[in-house]
Amino acid sequence: MDPSLDRNFSKTIGNAALQEAIYSATGRLVEKRRSALPAPAVFESWREQARLVKQHTLENLDHYLERLEANLTARGAKVVYARGGGEVADYLAGLAKEKEARLVVKSKSMTTEEIHLNGLLEDARLEVVETDLGEFIVQLARERPYHIVAPALHKTRYDVADLFTRTLNVERENLPEKQTKIARRVLREKFLAADIGVTGANFLVAESGAIVLVENEGNARLSSSAPRVHVAIAGIEKVIPRAQDLAVFLKLLGRSATGQPLTVYTSYLSGPRRAGELDGPDELHLVLLDNGRTKLLADRNKREALYCIRCGACLNHCPVYRKIGGHHYPWVYSGPIGAVITPHFMGIHEEPWLPYASSLCGACAEVCPVKIDLPGALLKLRQETVKAEVGGVHGRWERLAFRFWAWLMCRPRLYEMAGLMISMLSRDREGAGWMRSAPWLMNFGPLRAWSAGRDLPPPPGRSFRAMWRARLKSGKGD
Amino acid sequence: MSRDHVLHRIRTATGRSAGQPCAEAPAPLLQIPGVDMQARIQMFAQAIESLAGKFHRAPTPEAARAYAAALIPETGAIASPAPLLADCGITQLPGVETGITERRALRAACARAGLGITSADYALADTGTLVMLSSPREARMISLLPPVHLAVVSAANLLTGLDELFTVLPDPAAATSAMVLITGPSRTADIEQILVRGVHGPGEIHVVLV
Repeated sequence: MDPSLDRNFSKTIGNAALQEAIYSATGRLVEKRRSALPAPAVFESWREQARLVKQHTLENLDHYLERLEANLTARGAKVVYARGGGEVADYLAGLAKEKEARLVVKSKSMTTEEIHLNGLLEDARLEVVETDLGEFIVQLARERPYHIVAPALHKTRYDVADLFTRTLNVERENLPEKQTKIARRVLREKFLAADIGVTGANFLVAESGAIVLVENEGNARLSSSAPRVHVAIAGIEKVIPRAQDLAVFLKLLGRSATGQPLTVYTSYLSGPRRAGELDGPDELHLVLLDNGRTKLLADRNKREALYCIRCGACLNHCPVYRKIGGHHYPWVYSGPIGAVITPHFMGIHEEPWLPYASSLCGACAEVCPVKIDLPGALLKLRQETVKAEVGGVHGRWERLAFRFWAWLMCRPRLYEMAGLMISMLSRDREGAGWMRSAPWLMNFGPLRAWSAGRDLPPPPGRSFRAMWRARLKSGKGD
Repeated sequence: MSRDHVLHRIRTATGRSAGQPCAEAPAPLLQIPGVDMQARIQMFAQAIESLAGKFHRAPTPEAARAYAAALIPETGAIASPAPLLADCGITQLPGVETGITERRALRAACARAGLGITSADYALADTGTLVMLSSPREARMISLLPPVHLAVVSAANLLTGLDELFTVLPDPAAATSAMVLITGPSRTADIEQILVRGVHGPGEIHVVLV
């Protein structure tokens, strides 16, 4: 549950079983997504439309939030705003007291993970039960979600078997099917006994006044419909103008997240149970959370990070995420989108390495359903990090090194001589094809910090310039 | 208090003032393909079967009733008081409970029953989806709590897909407090990305088209 950064990457990279778990799970998600895509031109038109709608809504966010509030309130729901997690917890604790509630069931919500709601509610003496299977597993293990869409992606069935026998007092079961049955039985009792159901929201529809929940298991349906009170907690950026806009967003979200044309359940909730309706909650509350989002909104360069619909595709396609997994990122949001939004919530001084946790290969931007320029945003963050000089002495050395590099590059003769020298000094003596240790001249000061974690290919016998000259001489060069 | 604070921060960030009119949103992207009924039904059947659901076409109400009768387990079934189910004679079948209007009693009955029988207001052919609107004739729990769900749909309400649904129903909130789209049995892949059906909702789904 510790939100702070764990820089001991080798713990993950050196763990072969964990590497296999991350690599195969994300690989399967990549494959599923690919097989569910329509013709490229169609997909592109959806992405373009989704992006336009998000851009328009965020430019007029106050207008749409007020419309949402007015429409939901008119149908008997209650809408409140919260600046941060403390206010959300206070509101829920107050509500629980008023209703004499003890048990809260929760369906998967990254927004509530972000404010560590469970801990805050437990402090208020409420029992909080996560009901999404993956979230249930990480809650029992007292960990945080490993992935936006698949919270227990790092756990094997044997880990789950250990966990269930230890915490639920049940017979050991190694089959995911049997394990799911156990969870169904345990959680069904909780659903039927719960006083309050807490959910997030995938979308909020302004002109209709509705909360939209997308899921596969049925726990969001149960959380929002079985208890007397339903509380939805959503970031302010989740709003879209009309129900008709959902057509594009639902098609994009299911395909990008898990390769489903449509997820199993999509709930469109526009208020508490109406007169005559057979069931549904007596009360519906919507908490609209800021928690740093307005800061991101004010940043014109990176505002588009708020377009994110939390599909997780950028994580699955990221070579860095697929290597280091989700728990080394400093916040609940991991992968490329996490690296972009985290500094706005925690400040760049907290984790200056984060924008560098990317190879800038661009795979994330290519798959993003709302076309967020993630590599561009990471580059801008790098600039800001350097400008703010949070890199300290390294920043100065780096500047110096690049100035020297620029100077050298402008002097061809000198450059060639330097190349020759390095090549002579760093012969691949072991013949392994890679230099395991850097030559002595790269092994001191700031260079050492750089070379310590990297293998270098040995320089080739002949330089490009030498080959080019030979080519010109033989008459093939024009 | 926080309301005004948050809205003020939003307006400062976007350079807007309170009550300032908003430009028109981009036109929605809705494209309804022309697909005749025969092709629609075929598409629908295929989509449901690819989700491991069972599809059955009933030429007559009696055929729908016979299909339902064969599914009723020893633990009994609960059916919603929907006109279509009554017309087919399904609500009158032995072992079928119906007409419970008290919410707690209804929930308890759903938790007990081995089969939940509902109608569906619409169905979407391309994804094999059932569209359920909560109403005095349709409850939220009957399609959710029992381990098996049987839905009876009128062929007249079979739409091509999401785009047509949101054209026919531009504002679902005007019709109901809860619209639920159901696409196949409840499922998860949270353990090792291995597909398991029947997590919290029904693990088995049958669709009868009349």
